[in-house]
Amino acid sequence: MTPPKTFKLKTFIMVVLLVLLSSAGNLFFSIGMKRIGALQGLTLAAMRSDFVAIFSSAWIWLGIVSMLLFLASMMLVLSWADFSYVLPATECMYAVIPLLGHFVLGESVTALHWTGIALICLGVVFVGRTPPNTTSKE
Amino acid sequence: MRTAIALAVLVFAGTGGDIAVAHAMKRLGEVHSFSPMVILRFLGRAFREGWMWVGIAQMTLAFCSLLALLSWEAVSFVVPATALSYVTGALGSKYLLGEQLTPPRWMGIGLVSVGVALVCLG
Repeated sequence: MTPPKTFKLKTFIMVVLLVLLSSAGNLFFSIGMKRIGALQGLTLAAMRSDFVAIFSSAWIWLGIVSMLLFLASMMLVLSWADFSYVLPATECMYAVIPLLGHFVLGESVTALHWTGIALICLGVVFVGRTPPNTTSKE
Repeated sequence: MRTAIALAVLVFAGTGGDIAVAHAMKRLGEVHSFSPMVILRFLGRAFREGWMWVGIAQMTLAFCSLLALLSWEAVSFVVPATALSYVTGALGSKYLLGEQLTPPRWMGIGLVSVGVALVCLG
């Protein structure tokens, strides 16, 4: 069994990686879909045209690569940590994206945003203080 | 209406996919080494697990809903709205995966959910 300190450290590193990959993936998908525009509808011809437009976009492929790496990392971390531990911890993404928008892109962040970010961080601290695995029989 | 349906599909299929993958990974056991060969072998074993494919099918459905939602709505609405998956995720991990949701963990999940909702409203 992995020593507790190493166990917490490797879980922490993997969670940081998950946050970075999911933030990047969502950003790439968003840029890609905004460039493509609204999907056309449910007819066969429209779906075919949407499919070609989506999978011709380099942004979508960047998003897919980010999300595949996210999936592989998620699979690894779920092999030892609880799902109910990993899920909230990865949601730092919701705090990271507005912070990046504010400090990197100079976007305005409202008081409500700041309150939300503070609550997310506090919630992640609460979850982070619980044992990552509650189902191990070892 | 179409946004509500796509959001429901995204939340339920997304959480269902995560829970199925978590179940598959628990069956395989903990990865102790991060050498590329060990990781590749582990991923190879993972893709022979039936639950893994159940998870991937649901994640694919959720992905299609996500793309449709992103083409209709702003990302600042879509991503925070997926925080609804907390409720389904917490219940799924307790009742389907048998995890112990202690009061601090419930408190953390609650705070993150409210925080995400505020970011969405802001």
